[in-house]
Amino acid sequence: MSIFVDKDTRLLVQGITGREGQFHTRQCIDYGTQVVAGVTPGKGGQKMDEVPVFNTVSDAKEKTGANCAMIFVPPPFAADAIMEAADAAVELIVCITEGIPVMDMLKVKNYIADKPVRLIGPNCPGIITPGECKIGIMPGPIHQAGGPIGVVSRSGTLTYEVVHQLTEQGIGQTTCIGIGGDPVNGTNFIDCLAAFQADDATTGIVMVGEIGGDAEEQAADYIQENVTKPVVGFIAGLTAPPGRRMGHAGAIVSGGSGTAQGKIDAMKACGIHVCENLGTLGELCREVF
Amino acid sequence: MKIHEYQAKELYRKFGVPVPEGAVAFSPDEAKTVAQTLGGYPVVVKAQIHAGGRGKGGGVKLANSLDEVEGLAKEIIGMNLVTHQTGPAGQQVRKVLVEQGLNIAKELYLSILPDRATATNVIMASEAGGMDIEAVAAETPEKIIKVHIDPLLGIQGFHCRKVAFGLNIPPAAMKAFNQLLINLYKLFVATDCSLVEINPLVLTADDAVIALDAKVDIDSNALYRHKDIQGYRDTDEEDPLEVEASKYNLNYINLGGGGNIGNMVNGAGLAMATMDIIKLAGAEPANFLDVGGGANAEMVENGFRIILSDPNVKGILINIFGGILRCDVLAQGVVEAAKKVGLAVPVVVRMEGTNVEEGRRILADSGLTLITAKNLKDAAQKVAEIAA
Repeated sequence: MSIFVDKDTRLLVQGITGREGQFHTRQCIDYGTQVVAGVTPGKGGQKMDEVPVFNTVSDAKEKTGANCAMIFVPPPFAADAIMEAADAAVELIVCITEGIPVMDMLKVKNYIADKPVRLIGPNCPGIITPGECKIGIMPGPIHQAGGPIGVVSRSGTLTYEVVHQLTEQGIGQTTCIGIGGDPVNGTNFIDCLAAFQADDATTGIVMVGEIGGDAEEQAADYIQENVTKPVVGFIAGLTAPPGRRMGHAGAIVSGGSGTAQGKIDAMKACGIHVCENLGTLGELCREVF
Repeated sequence: MKIHEYQAKELYRKFGVPVPEGAVAFSPDEAKTVAQTLGGYPVVVKAQIHAGGRGKGGGVKLANSLDEVEGLAKEIIGMNLVTHQTGPAGQQVRKVLVEQGLNIAKELYLSILPDRATATNVIMASEAGGMDIEAVAAETPEKIIKVHIDPLLGIQGFHCRKVAFGLNIPPAAMKAFNQLLINLYKLFVATDCSLVEINPLVLTADDAVIALDAKVDIDSNALYRHKDIQGYRDTDEEDPLEVEASKYNLNYINLGGGGNIGNMVNGAGLAMATMDIIKLAGAEPANFLDVGGGANAEMVENGFRIILSDPNVKGILINIFGGILRCDVLAQGVVEAAKKVGLAVPVVVRMEGTNVEEGRRILADSGLTLITAKNLKDAAQKVAEIAA
């Protein structure tokens, strides 16, 4: 009925006692997420509201049966936090932190490669299965529970915009995932597309990309070969100048590659319904789905 | 973050990557002083700006006497250098690098950068040195050698051999080349580079291997752990409005080129999409501005001020999707800022998300002539009316 997270997901929060960590943990609990533990080194034994805090991820996992971690640790320590969660074999790791050095993420990505874990992010809004479980910083009320559309995006507020337009059209969502705006991230478009394709409750997919890299081109090829469900696509950054990083560390057109037009062309060539005007995305979804 | 060639060469020296003898000079007198320490001619005088293509633009010249060094330094310092990377406006030259000339036998290309798709560091090398490597990659990709390095493993001997034999490095220079590559990789990792590039890397007639040019870009996210490199930032090379914006933690990019609609958005992806929608509406976006999730009245005010200091701006579109940033807080910020700054151009406000009703009420009760848009489509229409 969803991918990666549902009402049974048991969440631990790394960095739960920080300002951001506290605020968003409460938001997640309010939404209905089962937050079973927090981790802040040195604060083991304390409580954040009703949530027990532990010194290490492995402690927290062992005592509470947590199977998912949400990370709100500042950039200098975030890579370490991800690796700690991976070392403890927490199945799903969602890293919200923005600003992790690329060199750190290269290490993380290689370290977790042969571990039984999935990383979402970093520099992402998180993942939500509306009506069941919210892990991240997205506003809950804009979502509509019950599916049947899956959303995957490299962005934050742009994803909210897309979800909002779906909901306005009366189109609910199975799961919405922000995979993050960094050049090196965990779960990619293809991982999400494969999961949505395999999920019986999902009948269509919205994919939101932006300039930089070739993840969208790869995803388009994958869709042509493997995805039978209709896909609506949107790419941000047609007007972005080359050589400039547009806010997200990964959003840069370099040496003529990673352009929005190139991605749009690749997606169209693979049968994706590309939305050219973000203002009309909801209407296009109404037609396609 | 970009740094100058002379700064990159300081780093190269520190890590044992051979570079020509030389130093930076801020005046013709200083250029002469440097030239006198080099022990002979020719001497090269190179403009220091944050852009490539300096040679073609007339910013790199050869001198055969002290008088010529002085003459060239006079000519180059203060010149407005236009290259394919500066854009037509060019960039003013404020300093030159004065270096010994080399007896070049062969020019090579060498770079290291992170490869996002494979999560490795990739060494790129080519015998087609001294040329535009992007053109080489596009036209003759077989001339480029790529060697991927597992970041957990680091550079090994076999990586170096792959590159060296691929480049047909002569046996007499092999050892020096391998050492240079290892040291360059160490520099790349230790200083959190997003790119190190040597074009050209020079083989001299006596089998020395020397970095004739040096380019280093640093990952801005890693600057917190490189206090020494933070000092390399040269705000003279940046757009003055962008420098101003960075003081207030505003993520602002001046798009130049006479855009007529300014915009203020929360979130990078939505900000790009908003620029695109302005263009689709028949206008030109003047800027990218992401105020982030924690925008307050002061940030909005500074954002307004920076957008409005561009005389081409005929209108502003504010597009906020409230999540963490609540619409009522943003609306309050817009009202306060608008009253302080005194808005001389029409402002379209489109808000959605957390506390949007309260936000809309604050705008409506403010007495300001703000144009409110129902949704993004409506906002685009209203922007088009302003631009028309």
